[in-house]
This record gives sequence, C-alpha cells and structure tokens, in this order.
Amino acid sequence: MLWEINSNQPIYLQIMERIQSLIISGYYKPGDRLPSIRDFAATASINPNTMQKALNELEKIDLIYTNKTNGKFITEDTNVIQNLKNQISIQYIRDFIEKMMDIGLNEKDIIKNINQYIQNNLNNE
Amino acid sequence: MNQILECKALSKSFGNIIALSNINLTLDRGKIIGLLGPNGSGKTTLIKLINGLITPTSGKLYINGNEPDIESKKIVSYLPDKSYLPEWMKISQAIDLFVDFYEDFDKDRAYEMLNKLNLDPTLKLKSLSKGTKEKVQLILVMSRNADLYCLDEPIGGVDPAARDYILNTIITNYNENATILLSTHLISDIENILDEIIFIKEGNLILHSAVDEIREQQGKSVDSLFREVFKC
Repeated sequence: MLWEINSNQPIYLQIMERIQSLIISGYYKPGDRLPSIRDFAATASINPNTMQKALNELEKIDLIYTNKTNGKFITEDTNVIQNLKNQISIQYIRDFIEKMMDIGLNEKDIIKNINQYIQNNLNNE
Repeated sequence: MNQILECKALSKSFGNIIALSNINLTLDRGKIIGLLGPNGSGKTTLIKLINGLITPTSGKLYINGNEPDIESKKIVSYLPDKSYLPEWMKISQAIDLFVDFYEDFDKDRAYEMLNKLNLDPTLKLKSLSKGTKEKVQLILVMSRNADLYCLDEPIGGVDPAARDYILNTIITNYNENATILLSTHLISDIENILDEIIFIKEGNLILHSAVDEIREQQGKSVDSLFREVFKC
C-alpha cells in the first residue's frame, strides 16, 4: 500500500482522504480492525500524533469507532459507507464537469464525449 | 506537568557575538519538533544550553521544571553534532558504556536496531564510515527511554534508505510522554514526521508553529516556507 504525501497540504487531511478511499473501495471491509496508531503511522511514514488526528476526524463522521480495549474498527454501518461513496462520487463529477466547462464544452458535448470514451475504451464485449 | 522545556528570555553571547537573543519558548511533551535555521543561527547553541554543556549569559532555562543539572541529564538524551566515542571501541563496548552510564538504556532495543541495519557489534568504531558511525550514535541515543531527545543534525551523513529507517525508528520508538527536538537542514526529508517547527535566525526565534497550521494557512510546505523566510 503506497502512501504519497504532499507536503503543501495538511497531512491529516490527506491521510483522512486516503483511508476514506481505502474504505469505500473495499480494501477495508466493514468491521475490520485498523492497525495500531503507531504501526499505522510508521507504515505511512508520518507522526503518530498526525495519524491520531486523522483517525479522530474519521471517528467524528462515524466512519470508524473505538472499542476501548481492542483498538479502532471500520464502521459496520454500510449506509455510512454508501453515503460517503455517493458524496465523493458527486465531488469527482463536479470537479470533472468544471474542468470540461473551463475548456469550453457544454452539457451535450460532455455527455457525448463520455459516451464516446466509454464505447471506445471500456466496452470490451 | 505537560511542559518538558521552558526558556525565559534566554540569551547566550560568546564575547561580542550574540549567539542567542531573548528566546522565549515552551515545548510540550509528546511532540516531534524541528529546530530549523541556516548555518550559524544558534541551533547548536540552544541544544548545548539544554544539555548544560554551556550556561546562559542571561535568562533561564527549565527542563521538566528544573534548571539543567545532573538530574536533567538523566532525562535528556543528546546526540551531538560531532562524534565523541573513542575510536578504539567496538560497537558492543560503546553499548556497554551507555548501559553503565544511563539507567534508562534499553540494551535489547539497541541490538535489535543494529541487527536491522546489518551492523556487526564486534566492529571497531574506527573501521566504520562516517555515515555508519552516525547510525551507531543515533541508535545509542534512541535506545534510552528519555523524556527529551535532542538530536543535532541526526541524518546529515546517512544515505536516503537508512534515513527512512532512522525516521521510522524515531516514530516507533518514542513514547507519548517524550519530546524529540531535532535540528537539521534536510527539511523536506523530515517534515512529514514533525508536529511543530521552530525557526531561528541570527539568534532570534522567529516562528514556532504546528506544521499542519503552516500548510493549512499558507498552503505551502515547511521546506518552501523556510526557503522564503531565509532567502539569501
């Protein structure tokens, strides 16, 4: 697992995003136990305090929870995960559409281009 | 007590040269802190004051509430910028020396780290390269269970792979009650593991901030901020 960290942005935010995508992509399954903060921090080559902060933030949005004696776990509530997935997907679409409009495409062009791209590159049947 | 180090109007002069001027600084426990500044800015002077190797010209310095003395040496683990171990010693003898000197020295941890870096304890220090000697010294210093680690240029002479291992060692070995103060020029290599940074320039403290605050507020890395502040 690769952790690429950009030093221009707060690290805890990048770690949060990374863990979120590991959860919605299914790398971490609902109910999975997370590594200890120290090990987790070492894997990502960051400070344990920063890892702690990222995990605290994820806990605030109910994506992970702490079991006092056993450590931190991924939520078992699949609705929370599905909601996050929807949120992130909307965010990607918004970014994408903004960029397409920046280069002068309208709604119709965008849809046409997407369909064309899917036909040429993704439809293997 | 949550503060491990406190400096109050701390100044140090060498003759006419002012090395540190009116430093007010408080360091909390449980942090990894970068002491950053160009050559000759006063980094080593501050670290030597903390270790009681030199005394302040004026002002006060407290370690865990007390001025530097024999007691503070028990809780401060210091990596100087120069080697001080006798060249004729074997690595294993240097370890025994530390075992004798420091109650908090963890011999098993030292051997484990030597093993990880493929260093043979029977080698004599004089047969080691500059970088390898630095690794040995860092292992000795990090094998203590101290409250404050003062590392003066700990990664300067070692290759990038060993540097990663050393940073990893720092992350995994320190405990939540201990603070690590490290000075270096290699900011981009270490900035991801820092909680806070201290910038000093010509003996003055010009910034003490959490690193994520710098990234959040200025949208730049510590490395770029350093280049901006200390532009020649």
